[in-house]
Amino acid sequence: MIFARAAAAARESGLAPAMTRAFTSVKLPDLPYHPGALEPYISGAIMELHHGKHHAAYVANFNKAMEQQLEAEHKNDVAKIIALQSAIKFNGGGHVNHDIFWTNLIPHKDYEPPSGELKTLIEAQWKSLDNFQSVFSAQTAAVQGSGWGWLGYNKASGKLEIQTLSNQDPLSVTGLVPLLGIDVWEHAYYLQYKNVRPDYLKAIWNVVNWKNVGERLEAAKK
Amino acid sequence: MAFSLPSLPYDYAALEPHVDATTMNIHHTKHHQTYVNNLNAALDKFPELKSVGIVDLNKAVNTDKIPADIKTVVRNNGGGHYNHSFFWKIMTNPSNTNGPMGDLKAAIEADFGSVDEMKTKFNAAAAGRFGSGWAWLGVDEAGKLHIESTPNQDNPLMSHLPDTKPLFPVLGLDVWEHAYYLKYQNRRPEYIAAFWNVVNWEQAAENFKAGKEHKVLLDGAPAPKM
Repeated sequence: MIFARAAAAARESGLAPAMTRAFTSVKLPDLPYHPGALEPYISGAIMELHHGKHHAAYVANFNKAMEQQLEAEHKNDVAKIIALQSAIKFNGGGHVNHDIFWTNLIPHKDYEPPSGELKTLIEAQWKSLDNFQSVFSAQTAAVQGSGWGWLGYNKASGKLEIQTLSNQDPLSVTGLVPLLGIDVWEHAYYLQYKNVRPDYLKAIWNVVNWKNVGERLEAAKK
Repeated sequence: MAFSLPSLPYDYAALEPHVDATTMNIHHTKHHQTYVNNLNAALDKFPELKSVGIVDLNKAVNTDKIPADIKTVVRNNGGGHYNHSFFWKIMTNPSNTNGPMGDLKAAIEADFGSVDEMKTKFNAAAAGRFGSGWAWLGVDEAGKLHIESTPNQDNPLMSHLPDTKPLFPVLGLDVWEHAYYLKYQNRRPEYIAAFWNVVNWEQAAENFKAGKEHKVLLDGAPAPKM
């Protein structure tokens, strides 16, 4: 959806079309499954709130911040552009991260362990899937405050890496390609697991969509 | 002497309906207890720091008074222990709250225009803190009131943190999701609005008085010097 206002404003101000910019807003994706489909590992109540409220708010706030940035650009209000950057980072990161997250999960009845190239790389690095999950869970449980644990692909080395990040910082800031993200903001687990983040981290492995993770790896290697 | 979990000055259900009993229970017996346990475990390696006192420990964050080994653990868990000890005391049964009076009221009006304007600013700081953190009303060395928010378990005592304005805390609000999620879910602004119903203005007045004298209260007594 192009913001027609931006184009109209540009025409009115007499700016050449090449100097205008339109912003295509982001959209809340649909969940690829029913909110209750990840039970008993992640409750339907959590999935509904997480997707319908939290992710939806990141989408709305990102679009709003980008719209405000566009207006500020037209007014040449540099101070305002700068002031908007943290909202763009927080909410844009929130959207990017959750967009990946929903696809990284799958109902347990459809669970399949890693295969092919992904399996090979995981075992080369961590000896076994179990060990990988232990190491990942331990590092991710240790995130202070809000953040994410990631399995990323390092294009330069051709290796997989585990990386944790704060708040909604996207994995892209590290140069790694995101393959699998686990949200450890308290909203991701609190209604069900309360303060016991390690229990959530143990449970979530039952609903990881390794096929999707493998597809992301394949795409990253192109 | 190891740090220990302070008792709440009221029952877990005392702040209902504004803060629910289950949250108070888990927040106190699980979250705060964990900060205490982690802090003690870290200081077991450097027992001479156990007698420093929690306020001075917080003031020493990001200085070389705290060994590099444990600096992050102390920042997170020493911060968490002070913050929550402060927080339980700054709240009280809703029937006990009267709004600010006396010197504190006068100072709020002088520095913000009115109590309502102060609350508006405080609410914005609390709602605008992205991720986990706290919102604070505090007094600076010159006696002026300010509002700020800090990330994670940082607080205004941590004067050596580059992004933190040093203040003597008067009021504080936990905006980590665990502080409100069971009752309010994603609706943080509702929780923030509800907080004003349980503020212990007597304690806030005492915090303000001590802050003007450059002192920090804990357990009703001025903190021992490092």
